[in-house]
Amino acid sequence: MTDKPKVAFYWCASCGGCEEAVVDLAEGVLNVVAAVDIAFWPVALDFKRRDVEAMADGALLASFVNGAIRTTEQEEMAHLLRHKSQVLVAFGSCAQLGGIPGLANLSSRDEIFQTVYKEAPSTVNPEGALPKSLHRDNGDCVSLPGFYETVRALNQVVDVDYYIPGCPPTPKIIQQAVEALLSGKAPEKGSVLAPDRALCDECPRKDTRPEKLTLTAFKRPQEILIDAEKCLLAQGVVCLGPATRGGCEALCTRGNMPCTGCFGPTSRVRDFGAKALSATASIIDSNDEKQIDQILDTLPDPVGLFYRYSLPASLLRRKKLPEQPATKGCAPKAG
Amino acid sequence: MPEAKPETPAVGPKRFEPRIVAFFCNWCTYLAADLAGTSRMKYAPNMRVIRTMCSGRVDPQFVLDAFAHGADGVLIGGCHPGDCHYQEGNYKALRRVHLLKRLLREMGIEEERFRLEWISAAEADRLKTAVNDMVEKVRALGPLRLETTAEFFPEEVKVA
Amino acid sequence: MNGNGNLRVGLYICHCGTNIAGTIDVKAVAAWGETLPGVVVSREYKYMCSDPGQQLIVDDVREQHLNRIVVASCSPLLHEQTFRGATAKAGLNPFFFHMVNVREHDSWVHEDKQAATEKAKDLIRAAVRRVAFHKPLEKKRVPIHPDVLIVGGGIAGIHAALTLANAGKHVYLVEREPTIGGHMAKFDKTFPTLDCAACILTPKMTAVKKHPNITLWTLSDVTQIEGYVGNFTVTVKRHPRYIIEDLCVGCLECIEACVYKQAKYPDEFNLGLGKRKPIYIPFPQAVPQLPVIDRETCIEFKSGRCKKTCVEVCGDRKAIDFKQQESTETINVGSVILATGFQVFDARRLPYYGYGKFPNVYTSLEAERLINAAGPTQGEVILRDGRKPKTVGILHCIGSRDENTNRWCSRVCCMYSLKLAHLIKEHTGAEIFNFYIDIRTPGKGFEEFYQRLLNEGVHFIRGKGAEINTWPLDPSEEGKLIIRVEDTLIGKIRRIPVDMVVLSVGLEPHADAGDVRRLFNISCSSEGWFLERHPKLAPVNTFTDGIFLAGCCQGPKDIPDSVAQAGAAAAESLALIDSKFVELEPNTAYILEEACSGCKTCIPLCPYSAISFVEAKKKAEINEALCKGCGTCVAACPSGSIRQNLFEDEEIFEEIKGVLAHA
Repeated sequence: MTDKPKVAFYWCASCGGCEEAVVDLAEGVLNVVAAVDIAFWPVALDFKRRDVEAMADGALLASFVNGAIRTTEQEEMAHLLRHKSQVLVAFGSCAQLGGIPGLANLSSRDEIFQTVYKEAPSTVNPEGALPKSLHRDNGDCVSLPGFYETVRALNQVVDVDYYIPGCPPTPKIIQQAVEALLSGKAPEKGSVLAPDRALCDECPRKDTRPEKLTLTAFKRPQEILIDAEKCLLAQGVVCLGPATRGGCEALCTRGNMPCTGCFGPTSRVRDFGAKALSATASIIDSNDEKQIDQILDTLPDPVGLFYRYSLPASLLRRKKLPEQPATKGCAPKAG
Repeated sequence: MPEAKPETPAVGPKRFEPRIVAFFCNWCTYLAADLAGTSRMKYAPNMRVIRTMCSGRVDPQFVLDAFAHGADGVLIGGCHPGDCHYQEGNYKALRRVHLLKRLLREMGIEEERFRLEWISAAEADRLKTAVNDMVEKVRALGPLRLETTAEFFPEEVKVA
Repeated sequence: MNGNGNLRVGLYICHCGTNIAGTIDVKAVAAWGETLPGVVVSREYKYMCSDPGQQLIVDDVREQHLNRIVVASCSPLLHEQTFRGATAKAGLNPFFFHMVNVREHDSWVHEDKQAATEKAKDLIRAAVRRVAFHKPLEKKRVPIHPDVLIVGGGIAGIHAALTLANAGKHVYLVEREPTIGGHMAKFDKTFPTLDCAACILTPKMTAVKKHPNITLWTLSDVTQIEGYVGNFTVTVKRHPRYIIEDLCVGCLECIEACVYKQAKYPDEFNLGLGKRKPIYIPFPQAVPQLPVIDRETCIEFKSGRCKKTCVEVCGDRKAIDFKQQESTETINVGSVILATGFQVFDARRLPYYGYGKFPNVYTSLEAERLINAAGPTQGEVILRDGRKPKTVGILHCIGSRDENTNRWCSRVCCMYSLKLAHLIKEHTGAEIFNFYIDIRTPGKGFEEFYQRLLNEGVHFIRGKGAEINTWPLDPSEEGKLIIRVEDTLIGKIRRIPVDMVVLSVGLEPHADAGDVRRLFNISCSSEGWFLERHPKLAPVNTFTDGIFLAGCCQGPKDIPDSVAQAGAAAAESLALIDSKFVELEPNTAYILEEACSGCKTCIPLCPYSAISFVEAKKKAEINEALCKGCGTCVAACPSGSIRQNLFEDEEIFEEIKGVLAHA
């Protein structure tokens, strides 16, 4: 092994898209590989957990962790990598904000188990068996990671140094972030490594939004033929670009789809969904309660709309459970 | 900014005392609360008022932040429709509140915990009624305890 | 601490005598206050607003190097300026101060001392956390336009106009009727001195017309007002009179010459008791001294085929203009006095008194006209059936002190009823009965007047009139109005037959007072009277700076009180004008230009068009001079790029955490 700095990649509750994104660096990934030793990357390389455990604390220059924290194993790995790394980077929306898996916070663990292991049409489970974290059978002992009630973002479990946003992060964003970290010109701890202006700033449709835009109905993308040039909000399509951090170079709006907010809020906003909601509601063109409600009927599932990527990182964090189960273990510190 | 000494709540263990955070506009509802004072009306001591110039200033983040920090209910008070000191800030508040209510419903937070009331500077009585009514309704619901709903449960899952 | 160095907070808890200390344990709160992070000094004091109280702050800042001040006392409405002043006097920026309302919002509204004390702590903790984030701010100084708008030309508006005009200020007096004078012009005599209303009012009306500093617009409405204290832009709609003011000399020959030889239409000024022609002057001393044409009744307007004898007689003066159109005037003023008055209670709302059904039931205002020498009967009290009344019943509190109509006391009815009793007796020699709940005569010379009436032999029956009917029980009641009443002094139901009934109707807000209130952005009491800023200390101010109240629009009052209030409003207005500049609260919104993405969400939200989109930068920009600080755009900005001075997100988040931190 050389003296090149060592880095690790790890995935928690995620879809694998973030791993793809690293590969998507294409030739760029070679520059990264040339500059560092990848000491741990379960999806691509055959290093084991014990290899990481054997490292000295701080032996890794940086760990890039994607995915949210859903299970005990993910939490253990997050702690392990925190100890072994000088810099811990939350990579992608799920690690940064909880991401799509975080929408599971609209259900309780019991509801999830019921649906997945019993009620789903594709499930055959006549005994109604549910996963257990420890199962003994004829003296054999099988263990599975424990499944938490609530999905968390990485920084709700361990201290995080930087965030690379996106679902997944774009090659350019990754490249710039890695360069910044390797160059030693690291920004202030806690920074999100992307521009701190909303997406509209870089959206090619920006100039087509009328100055005084108010709406009497919201459209879902599938309901209309979207004009490829015009501001999506001006067409009635809820585009979260005004609330979402830029840096993706407006990939979705260039692709004729509205921004759904994967880059998360700017540094000045504490709760992405609340701000997106506030801006969206503000441009409703009615002062009449009934009419406002009619207009709002065109926005089904506000949580799914405004917190698509950020429910665990929101101020409310999860849906209120109908009753409080007996709590065990430590409660996460308030974010 | 952690405080030097942890404090114990004043109220005894007998009865749940809900904590209501209120955002009152400077021109109507805040003044109604002042008038309730000068009129020596008595109402439940559970509300803490935060003044904004207009109900239109109430960012939905404030409402969620209050819930997240332990509020059992949030009350927004503004001028009656058509009477906003800033012409139509209260309508902006109305639109946001309607959407926020839908969001809170989806998040399992009971409707009675979040209210918008139009209370003019002269309606001290209405203020008193609104506060008392809200305190009672939230008391009946019990504590919200959002901080504990976010807890997680790593114990073994039972086989059904 | 937001880059302001070490936080050193001075915390002061006011006893306000026993107002606060009687309910809140101020000593305990002050001791507890010392434990709050950042608090260097925590004191309680009898009266923080007093000079020694303020001096405490000044001394502590100097000796303890404080950099933030929190005072827990009354409503910021009362003393925020006081303590900002003390903070400034101590050498700090006045906005390094925050006030906690533990009186109106705490000690005065709670009985549980422990709960009130805990609430005070929560509110104080919130303020201490908040004030750490305060920034130094400057008040914006804006020059004050010296002109004044007065809305309503009754005695209050007239008096305020003359006071201001005599002080050299230009006044626009806007009145919606064809003449100024208001209700007072309709009265015969005024209580308790019995001086003639016209004799004291009409000289003032004429003075208004003649005054070089007064622009008088009758038949006019204010339709729009924009701007803020010191700088209002007002739009006035002037309805056509069909008489060209500058050409008419007020000879009134046109009225004489009208094709209608006899007056035919009910005369509004005399409440329909007299008649007028389609071209008329409301009353002989009307100001301006100009006729007005009623297009509803004028033949030229109805058919276009009138001989127009009025135009003929006007001749070369050509002062009559049937084509006159509504016009709009736009004026700039620095302050506004609302003197829009009242309307009398509509007695038809209480059908059991028979008003509108029995011709000889009159309202008190009609009675004023009947006994007025310039009225429809030249001062002879002649009933609608031509008789002179031999017995008269005056029913007090019609539409006042009544759960079913208006709950308030109209203040003037007792006295005007006594006055009417005296005058009707004087004019007719009739026997007079007053039916009253209580006689309220709290005013200079009022009780003496009541005694005088008692000595004059006017009857007083204690009991509110219950009903007027015309069903005789014996021949003596034949053809009479029978007043049924419970005489509460003898505990009997009585029937008093009379020839004439006067209903002493109460005062109530104009039906369109709500519209006026919205137009001028002020508040109303729940009854609909315009709300003063403080019932004792700011009785002619409103919550909107630069807008003052005079007369009955604020609540029922008599002529001397109206005049006194008009003088006060004029004085407040003068004080404002002579201060030359107004200091505006620096609570404006501002955009973080670097952060703004140019999404334009904020632009349609501003009711003052203070936000514009700058094409060159592709960003939004706030015109600070137009921003009034509501904060709606701040709450809406999806990227958190608009902020508001004094109401920064961090400040409010700290308050939220602060009030909830005790858990």
